[in-house]
Amino acid sequence: MSADTAEVDRPAPVVPGVARTSGTDGGEIVHPGRDRYHDVVAAHRDAGFEMLADLSAVDYLAHPGRHLPDGVAPARFEVVAVLLSMAQRRRVRVRVQVPEDDPVVASLWDLYRGAEALEREAYDMFGIVFSGHPDLSRILMPEDWEGHPLRKDFGVGRVPVQFKEAPGPR
Amino acid sequence: MTPESRSLLSQETAEGSQEMASRDATAPAELEREVGAVLRLPEGGVVNASDFDVERTDDETMIINMGPQHPSTHGVLRLMMELDGETVLRTKPVIGYLHTGMEKTGEELTYQQGATNVTRMDYLSPLNNELVFALATERLLGIELPPRALWIRMLLSELQRVSSHLMWMATNGMDVGSTTMMIFGFRERELVLAFFEKTTGVRMNHNFIRPGGTAADLPDGWEDDVEVILDNVTVRLDDYDELLTGQPIFRERMEGVGAISAEEAIALSATGPILRSTGVPWDLRRTMPYLAYDEVDFDVIVGTYGDNFDRYAIRLNEIRESVRILRQVLERVPAGDYRVQDKKVTPPPRARIDESMEALIHHFKIFTEGYKVPEGEVYVAVESPRGELGCYLVSDGSSKPYRLHIRAPSFVNLQSLPVMMHGGLVADAVATISSVDPVMGEVDR
Repeated sequence: MSADTAEVDRPAPVVPGVARTSGTDGGEIVHPGRDRYHDVVAAHRDAGFEMLADLSAVDYLAHPGRHLPDGVAPARFEVVAVLLSMAQRRRVRVRVQVPEDDPVVASLWDLYRGAEALEREAYDMFGIVFSGHPDLSRILMPEDWEGHPLRKDFGVGRVPVQFKEAPGPR
Repeated sequence: MTPESRSLLSQETAEGSQEMASRDATAPAELEREVGAVLRLPEGGVVNASDFDVERTDDETMIINMGPQHPSTHGVLRLMMELDGETVLRTKPVIGYLHTGMEKTGEELTYQQGATNVTRMDYLSPLNNELVFALATERLLGIELPPRALWIRMLLSELQRVSSHLMWMATNGMDVGSTTMMIFGFRERELVLAFFEKTTGVRMNHNFIRPGGTAADLPDGWEDDVEVILDNVTVRLDDYDELLTGQPIFRERMEGVGAISAEEAIALSATGPILRSTGVPWDLRRTMPYLAYDEVDFDVIVGTYGDNFDRYAIRLNEIRESVRILRQVLERVPAGDYRVQDKKVTPPPRARIDESMEALIHHFKIFTEGYKVPEGEVYVAVESPRGELGCYLVSDGSSKPYRLHIRAPSFVNLQSLPVMMHGGLVADAVATISSVDPVMGEVDR
């Protein structure tokens, strides 16, 4: 689908005044600020987006120059929630910027109970704190683990492998 | 505490004498965990730690652990359950025992290599994982697949659904006490796996569906092989019907057990057979078609009560629907290329490398550096046997994914387990866990 047809087919925004883009896949993306994130998602839920299909985060530490609409200042982290409307057969991605020095964002748990495990995973992997979450604890990593593995500054564990007759570790 | 009882509590260890601290010396956070304060309530709430009387030890309820090594939990799933006698009150799934950081690994592998990583997540339907990764990469690349590739993918995806559901029938039969079903399920699954071995070279973790098409064409005579599988499965599905569906013991264990309502399932983001068992006709193959699913004729199977029996019936009949799709695919697979003829994405055939310098260079570049994928981000979802399998892929323009997130259906579906098990018997918990069909490789990734 070219960008032009995407413009024509694009359904009306659920919340006016929030920056919108269409993704590489022609998908609908809204970019609310961190303070409006919860309200925007709540408005979507009231507009028929009854399911939170997915929630994850991205650490843009190594890729700061990504494309964002005007008025949206890039921050290190981004929380991405995919909302699904079954009646309209439509998905909306909500991308919210979360700064590094204060990685706190409102939890969607009071809107969608299904956010529970997904937000715990994002917390576990990125250290993003979801305020209002009932039990924000590690879900995949051990409870006493230090650091958040999917952050870009978290090293990948490597074990040097000594191949037979190889010229030694490089 | 008297000196006698104190000596009973002290333990000689390598680090000297250690004794159990008294209960009020336990940190509040530790105590909370001990008394199960973080167990999920069915409404999703949690218990406040101040509600607990620390000194009271004769609690009516009991917290027990099930797993991670329990034989019925389908892998290393651990459940903390609060029991009142035989009745399950609250449950908390504890996961992460199989976490190997596959999303992190995915950032280290090129798009060319990526399929080998994602295929190991849901090890009972690896081809669906490869499919969703390939679709996401192709969406970023903006390439259009030749029709034969689409139909080969559909063929493999549906065969995978048959094999995965057969595996579920087998393990579910085992969980409720039907060893016969276990043997039957594995026997029929073997037919499908033998076909996969012939087609892709391996029985699991195929790395066959790759960005740009498939790794190879279907083998000669594949129509006959698939025909044999379909004929066998069709006949034997009726056997299962006879063996289980009408059988009083089986019905007794499944009917009305582990019920969940449509509202709860939607609120908890449950998808796949769990959502459909509550009567919501949501199947991505129908509602948001991918590949060529809008060109084939099939029914979306839904249940009514949302109980274990509905989920059993849905999976049984989904095998029938898959067989129906496969019969149409058999007749309609078009001739042509099985992968896109874009030299930047598809490695050249081996014979070309000896003749053409350009082919050699392309081959070398693809296998060392990989191909560059334009900047962007996509979310693609397919219907795996367990539900919505999504892939959120972010590219920074290099040859490796900047972020690879897999929305694993089992991971999300596990959240509905506490709701299903609430108020049921602990003996039914086994059947209910089975009906969610969690694959721990996918849950923990």
